[in-house]
Amino acid sequence: MPLLATPQFQHFSEPLALQSGAVIAGYTLAFETYGTLNAERSNAVVVCHALNASHHVAGVYAGEDKSEGWWDNMIGPGKPVDSNRFFVIGINNLGSCFGSTGPMHENPATGQVYGADFPVVTVEDWVHAQARLLDVLGIAQLAAVLGGSLGGMQALSWALQYPERVRNAVVVASAPNLTAENIAFNEVARRAIVTDPDFHGGNFYRHGVIPKRGLRIARMIGHITYLSDDVMNEKFGRSLRPPDLLAGQAPPSDDPATLLRDYHYSTQDIEFQIESYLRYQGDKFSEYFDANTYLLITRALDYFDPARAFGGNLTRALARATAKFLLVSFTTDWRFAPARSREIVKALLENRRDVSYAEIDAPHGHDAFLLDDARYLGVVGAYFDRIAKELA
Amino acid sequence: MTEKATMQALAALVPQGSRVLDLGCGGGAMLDYLQRERGCSGYGVEIDDANVLACVRRGVNVVQLNLEEGLAIFEDNSFDVVLQIDTLPHLRNAEIMLRETARVGRAGIVAFPNFAHWPNRLSVLRGRMPVTRRLPYQWYDTPNIRVGTFKDFEVLAHKNQLRILDAFGLQEGEVVRWLPNARAGTAVFHFERAV
Repeated sequence: MPLLATPQFQHFSEPLALQSGAVIAGYTLAFETYGTLNAERSNAVVVCHALNASHHVAGVYAGEDKSEGWWDNMIGPGKPVDSNRFFVIGINNLGSCFGSTGPMHENPATGQVYGADFPVVTVEDWVHAQARLLDVLGIAQLAAVLGGSLGGMQALSWALQYPERVRNAVVVASAPNLTAENIAFNEVARRAIVTDPDFHGGNFYRHGVIPKRGLRIARMIGHITYLSDDVMNEKFGRSLRPPDLLAGQAPPSDDPATLLRDYHYSTQDIEFQIESYLRYQGDKFSEYFDANTYLLITRALDYFDPARAFGGNLTRALARATAKFLLVSFTTDWRFAPARSREIVKALLENRRDVSYAEIDAPHGHDAFLLDDARYLGVVGAYFDRIAKELA
Repeated sequence: MTEKATMQALAALVPQGSRVLDLGCGGGAMLDYLQRERGCSGYGVEIDDANVLACVRRGVNVVQLNLEEGLAIFEDNSFDVVLQIDTLPHLRNAEIMLRETARVGRAGIVAFPNFAHWPNRLSVLRGRMPVTRRLPYQWYDTPNIRVGTFKDFEVLAHKNQLRILDAFGLQEGEVVRWLPNARAGTAVFHFERAV
């Protein structure tokens, strides 16, 4: 019997002041919960989502077999973050396109869809909004906050903004800020979107179009950076386009002349399997993801830098955090490399905080944080076992 | 039983309430003991996945690092005591790690199998590398990339300007102070920087 998930919505009419100075008058957050809040209200775990995910963290929707939450291997009954013991909360970030108030919604001030007018939101803003939801749910303190990648930044931010409300912070495949290379990748993705003729300065809804070309390219770039070279080679190598495109052709030959003829000798057509895969991923993404949301979320990634207010000194920045920490990184993750996690570990060590760090030797690159790796799931599971024991 | 006695003999060198760094902490048993019995706090450093998992299970702080890459993550004098229990024989850069131990800790405690223990000498005299409880591997499949003696360490410590606060042998968990180089399977050194 799979875990059944049900989205819930909470409206906040009290305005939220954003880091940019803008104020959002009122907003709705979409969220899901799994498990039961205990009598002491002490077993809540907030799961923060990464770039293209949502509040749908675990379980399936009734009647939809293939609707598993994006972290279903990590969260659920009997899983590393066990919903039999914890009350797990997945919250969709403000500005997203999966149910919380975002650029696709109506701006009450103008009666028009926000579009390009949706204010820039930061990781800190998201955490403030999430904290308000906890107030509504009557949860003063979290047993843990957990996130990977951008979600890991939120988990870290939780420990800094609300130190008294976080007992444990689990930060996976993350970083204390983005490197110039990472910002560069984000910028290329954003330029792909904003230069799409269908973008219309972000107000494409009024024109009844979607900047799909830009979104496709943005996703293709992202996808390349989430994998490792080894995994891509193993998965696709130099294989030619998929067999369905070769329909009607003779089976592959081992005659060198025939093999050379298998090329299309075209610069426009799909030639290699990896191209086909990237185009497929890009197409799929452009069907469901909002262009303005993509811009907003990649900007939030760029801006995140808790050390900035401390002259770049991460140790001083993290002095406020009192939570216990678990950090996990993956050796082949070049977008959020282990060295970046070690910077956080070092700053926590210098503040004499409780911290453990696992560096998982996994081949999958950044994507590893969403995949099944017994060592990774084992460490996170063992950490949450400890938290559960401390609750009992 | 003797393992527990050995652990207790080593723990006795760690002052109450110390901040401890345990290099090559294994499954975290020593830190766990020091936390529970001597009110210490600290971290283990470990490379092996299964050991890291065991530490997390125990609730011992553990940082997964390769000691061969150094201790840059730790600041000078940031620990009261740095432990290297049976870690030294596994290190390619044993001398550098000894200096690093003295850098990050106000005091260091090193323990390792004493190759000059008499059964080992006897075995070598007979023409064979020893296989004992403390050195339980065949010469061709041992994880120890180096072996040394109680006396060898004295020389190395002197060379690196370490002041030896205490040194003794351990045999079956018992402290050996008379002829430790020949009579003890384990060499133990408690030291600090002389300069």
